[in-house]
Amino acid sequence: MSVAIIGVGHSRFGARKDVNVPELAWEAIKPAMQSANVEQKDIDFMVVGTAGLWSSEAAVPPLLYEYGMFEDVGSMRVEAACATGNAAIRVGYTAIESGEADAVLVVGLEKMQESPNPTVIELIGRFGSYFWEFENFGLTFPGYYALHATAYMAKYGATEEDFAKVAVKNHHYGAKNPKAQFQREISLEQAINSPYVAWPFKLFDCSPITDGSAAVILASEEKVKEWGIEEKIWILSQGVGTGTANLSRRESFTSLKSASYAAEVAYRKAGIDIDAPYRQIDGADVHDCFTAAEIIAYEDLRFAKRGEGVELIREEQTYIGGRIPVNVDGGLKAKGHPIGATGVSQAVEAFKQLLNKAENGRQIDVKNGRYLAHNVGGTGHYTYVTIYGLEKR
Amino acid sequence: MEDLRRAAETNIREYGFPVAIDEKSGALQWVDMRDLTVKYIISIENIQNFFEGLKEGKLLATKCRKCGEVFFPPQKDCPRCMDEDMDWIELKNEGTLDTLTVIFVRPPSFAAYDPYTVAIATLEDGVKVTAWLKGDPKKIKPGQKVKIEVSRRKEGYFMYEIVPVEG
Repeated sequence: MSVAIIGVGHSRFGARKDVNVPELAWEAIKPAMQSANVEQKDIDFMVVGTAGLWSSEAAVPPLLYEYGMFEDVGSMRVEAACATGNAAIRVGYTAIESGEADAVLVVGLEKMQESPNPTVIELIGRFGSYFWEFENFGLTFPGYYALHATAYMAKYGATEEDFAKVAVKNHHYGAKNPKAQFQREISLEQAINSPYVAWPFKLFDCSPITDGSAAVILASEEKVKEWGIEEKIWILSQGVGTGTANLSRRESFTSLKSASYAAEVAYRKAGIDIDAPYRQIDGADVHDCFTAAEIIAYEDLRFAKRGEGVELIREEQTYIGGRIPVNVDGGLKAKGHPIGATGVSQAVEAFKQLLNKAENGRQIDVKNGRYLAHNVGGTGHYTYVTIYGLEKR
Repeated sequence: MEDLRRAAETNIREYGFPVAIDEKSGALQWVDMRDLTVKYIISIENIQNFFEGLKEGKLLATKCRKCGEVFFPPQKDCPRCMDEDMDWIELKNEGTLDTLTVIFVRPPSFAAYDPYTVAIATLEDGVKVTAWLKGDPKKIKPGQKVKIEVSRRKEGYFMYEIVPVEG
């Protein structure tokens, strides 16, 4: 059973002190339902991806059920750290694929700014291995990825300036995205001169602390036909990988094994040539929680050979018009990273890009009709690679 | 946060509710009256040898008596042999630095410490260890020789650290 995205919604990302948790979610749910032309009674399962901890409400699916006046619907809360959004899509996708559901509402949601920044820094640091990484060594999230950045620099000769170029690109596109947290361009100098957060990462290498929501309506092929849906994209495949809790239990710090595995699974299932996947994909959203993570993602996704990911950014090959446009919605870096919403936001972006609905200056050329989303949770603990297409597999 | 708390305290008296206005957006916020302190109680019953070793300056790991797999962090169980017949072994003290970072923006629970360096090293027996790196992070690079030492933390308890080997 093929599964389609038939409607999408996306809140403005940023510091959303103007709304509470269900109000923020509704900003995405309402347009998702309206664009899919579905009502509450049409939804037979509801998945809510939210990591929580920093925000007050814990029973989020019931809260949205109540606020949105749903009835007789199954629901589930999903958590996979920063890959929570794609994990939520996974639940909806497999529910429909297996025939258990026909129409699923997937919501990704995070209201991180209900807690002060230091508390959020404390809580995210605990997303590694609690006892062996956080309790005694105080790793922070920038720190976990900085360990990868240092290893990449040492192995392949990348520089802090190379990393800054990723931030410059993602802010360039974030400036064109009306939903982005930072809708402004930055210069290379600004990025390089920002203060250190976790060496070699500076402030502009890091994604921000964000409130936001995104929602998609998934439907079975049958429902797509029955409802006569014209605007849709299909989930062609999804690869899911898992990594060790501790970084010290991994062989390499210049790659995320969970990501290269997830990519391989997704490519094979979608019938994409794993040696040059960028020839069959028109664009990608990758998990640039930190600048170096985007470069490592280029390699894990085989957009470049090992050690050559940095060349892609130096040569501007991931801008529109290059080998493969990456994060032309601003990425986590400029669009913002509301943990649970990020993976669903990537799906919304795939929908917009493939259907030529992206804003001026950030619409990719759709030639193959395929878009990729790469969503990493934790320190490489979970990776979801999802491939979306205009035509079903 | 402190500003918001103070404003909320004033507003309880003057307005009747613990509310405050967010400075940037001007939006009205309820400032939670309920505090939560989290402190976990974590069982180390099955790895207490590790802590005994640390007191003697040794870094211990578990090794499966059947298949020889070495586990660090130490594990009680060998999932390959589906067994828990383990030896405690002392890891090689010397190794090579894999990577490092300096944590400038620290979690509030580490506020008592100056920026600290976290490193990962591969010991000579192949086991990798994450720990704080002692000394100037600018003077060491991945690939250089390091050793493991145990010392007391500022907070008073023993912990292992990675130390550059001179020369």
